[in-house]
Amino acid sequence: MTTRQHTGQQHTGQQHSETEPAHTIASGTTDTASDTGPDPYAATARETTEGRVYTVTGGDWDSLIEDWRHDERIVVNMGPQHPSTHGVLRLVLELEGEVVTQARSVIGYLHTGIEKNCEYRTWTQGVTFVTRADYLSPLFNEAAYCLATEKLLGITAPRRAQVIRVLLMELNRVGSHLVAIATGGMELGALTGMTAGFREREEVLHLLEFLTGLRMNHAFIRPGGVAQDLPEGYDTKIRDFLKVMDSRLPDYDKLLTGQPIWKQRLQQVGYLPLDGCLQLGVTGPILRCAGLEWDLRKVEPYCGYEEYEFEVPTSTDADCYARYVLRVEEIHQSLKIVAQCLDKLEPGPVMVADPKIAWPAQLSLGSDGMGNSLEHVRKIMGQSMEALIHHFKLVTEGFAVPPGQVYSVVESPRGELGYHLVSDGGTRPLRVHVRDPSFVNLQSLPAMSEGGLIADVIAAVASIDPVMGGVDR
Amino acid sequence: MADQDLEPGQHSSAAMTSVEQDEHEAHGGVVAGRARQGMFGVRGWGDTSGYGGLTLPAYVPAPAQRPYGGWFDELTDELLAAMAERGVPTAAIQQVTLDRGEITYYVRREHLVALCRALRDDPALRFELCSSVSGVDYGAEVAQRLHAVYHLTSMTYRRRIRLEVAVNVDDAHVPSVVEVYPTADWHERETWDMYGIVFDGHPALTRILMPDDWDGHPQRKDYPLGGIPVEYKGAEIPPPDQRRVYS
Repeated sequence: MTTRQHTGQQHTGQQHSETEPAHTIASGTTDTASDTGPDPYAATARETTEGRVYTVTGGDWDSLIEDWRHDERIVVNMGPQHPSTHGVLRLVLELEGEVVTQARSVIGYLHTGIEKNCEYRTWTQGVTFVTRADYLSPLFNEAAYCLATEKLLGITAPRRAQVIRVLLMELNRVGSHLVAIATGGMELGALTGMTAGFREREEVLHLLEFLTGLRMNHAFIRPGGVAQDLPEGYDTKIRDFLKVMDSRLPDYDKLLTGQPIWKQRLQQVGYLPLDGCLQLGVTGPILRCAGLEWDLRKVEPYCGYEEYEFEVPTSTDADCYARYVLRVEEIHQSLKIVAQCLDKLEPGPVMVADPKIAWPAQLSLGSDGMGNSLEHVRKIMGQSMEALIHHFKLVTEGFAVPPGQVYSVVESPRGELGYHLVSDGGTRPLRVHVRDPSFVNLQSLPAMSEGGLIADVIAAVASIDPVMGGVDR
Repeated sequence: MADQDLEPGQHSSAAMTSVEQDEHEAHGGVVAGRARQGMFGVRGWGDTSGYGGLTLPAYVPAPAQRPYGGWFDELTDELLAAMAERGVPTAAIQQVTLDRGEITYYVRREHLVALCRALRDDPALRFELCSSVSGVDYGAEVAQRLHAVYHLTSMTYRRRIRLEVAVNVDDAHVPSVVEVYPTADWHERETWDMYGIVFDGHPALTRILMPDDWDGHPQRKDYPLGGIPVEYKGAEIPPPDQRRVYS
C-alpha cells in the first residue's frame, strides 16, 4: 500500500489569478487507514495562504463537504501515484464544481537521464539505454536510434535486417496499442477490457521473447542491422500468433466498440481538432483522428515500408472514442504487415559486412543460458591474436562515427519518434536527443480537458496514451 | 532590400557588429564540435602503437556552395524571398550547411522568431510543425558552446529543415518561438532545464524534468554524470564518466 502523499504547495504551472482562497485536496492513494493505522506520512489538514489543505483518502469526503458549501472552487492534486493517471503523471486540476477550469500536468517523476548517459557510452551501448525510454515501444526507440546512427555512418542495413526490423516494430505496435486500450479501459472502469488487453499483449511479449530473447528492453536492433538472426521455427510461431490474434481481436468489438457505457464515456470527450493538433505538435493516432492522414510509414518511408500494403486509418471525430477505434484498426493493419514480412524474409545477412562495425561473433545460446560462440572463441584464443585485439577494441572502444548531426524519425505507436544525434567524430555520441511523441502529445491535455468534467480528464489522458518513461526519459 | 542578392554565408558586416564579426571569424564560422586530444583513436596513418597521440581540431561544418541540389535550392530561394518580403535581413542566416541529405540554417538569434514566422506562414514554405527543439553543448572550451536546434517539418511539401542558433554560455539568451509554434513550450522548458538556455519571451520558463529547486543544468558537458564505483569479482569498475575515453 503506497503512502506517498503530495499535498500543500500547489504548482498549477501558471499564475493564480483569483485572489479568493481555494480549497486544496490531495487525492492519490486509496489508503484505508483502518487496517494500517494512521498514515505517518499523510499531510494533516492545515490553513495556507492558498486556502485550507485537506487530505482525503477515500470514504471520508463527507467530512469536507460541510466546509465546501460556500465555495465551489477547489484545486485537486491528482497523482503522481494514482491508478488513473497512466503512470507517474501528476495532474493539478482547478475545479469549479465538477468542471475543470484549469488543468496542468507536472512531469519529471521518471526522469532517469537516458540522454546524458548515452554520452558516456559507445554508439552500440546507446541502444540499451534508448530502448528503456518509451518502455512500451522499445523496438521503435532502437530502430529510430539505429537509423540515425546509420545515417551518420553512411551505411544501410541489409535487406533481411530491414524486414526483421519492420516485423518486430509492427509486433511491438500491436503490443503497445493493446496496452493503451487495456490501461485506458482500466482507468475508465472497464476492467474486462484490461484483462483482455493484457492477455493478448502477453501473446505479443511471448512472441517477442522467442524472437529477440527478451520480453522488453530488447536491445536487439543494433547500428548496422540486428543482433541476431531470427531463431529456427520463427515462421510457425508467428503464423500461430496471427491466428490467435485474428480469433481474439473481434472480442474487442464485442466487448467495447459497441458498448453503450464505453461509448458514452468516450464519445465527444477530449476533442482536439486538426488546427489544435498542429499548433501543439501532436502526431500519431490523435492527429490521424483529427482527419490528417499523416503516417511517417507512408509519407517518409524507412526500412522499406513503401513495399508493404497497408492502410492508414483516419477519422474526423477527433474524440477519445475515435482514437480507440483507430487503435484497434491499426492493430489489424499491423498484423497485415507482419504477414507480409514473413513472405519477404529471404535468407541473407542481418548485419552489414563491415567488420569495423559488425559485432565479431554471432552468439548462440549455451546450456548455461548465456550467449556464446565456441567457434569464435577458438579462433581468437587459438589462432588469431589480431582477431582478439579487434574483438576487444570493437567491444570496449566502439567504432568512430564521422562528425555531424542528423535527425531521423519513425512512426511509433504514439506518433513521430525522432532522434537528433550529434557526433564529434569520436566513439561516443556528443548528444542524443529523443523527440518523444508522448512528451509532445501530453501538452495537449489542457486543450482537451479544460471546460469538461473531471471524469473526462481521465478519458483524455487515456486517449493520449502517454508513456512516462518516454515523457521523462 | 539592397542586400537581397547576398548569399547566406557571406556575412554582411552591416548586420553584425565588428566585434561580433571578429569573434565569429575567430572561431571559423559556426563551430559544431570540440577539439579532441588523447592517446587513443588515432586513425588513418598507420600508427597502431597507441603512443602517437591524438590531436584533432574542432569540427567546423563546411558552408554549402550553390547549387545545393535537390529541393534545397528552391527552398532557400523561397526562404530568401519570404525574408525580403518581411524585412528580415539576409544576414539573419549566418551559414547554410548540407550534410547527409539534411539542410541546416545557422541563424542569428535576433531574427529567429521572424524567420520562423516566415517559414510557417509563407505559402511556398509552410513549415507547419515544429518537430523538436533541443539543446546541444559542445563543451566548456568551445566558443559559442550552447546551440539551440530546431527541427521544422513541412507537412504540405514533406520537407524537413534544421535551424541552429549558437550562443555563448555567459549570454545564453535565445528568443522564444512559442508565439509561433506553441508546441515549443515544453521543448524550450526542457532545454532551459537541461542546458540553461534562457528563452526570452517564453510564457512560463520553469524547470520541467528536474525538481524546481535543482541547482545547475544537468546535460551541460561540465556537469558530472555521477555514479559510484562498482565491485565485480574483486575488480573495481569506476563510474562511467571516469572510465577511459577512447575518443
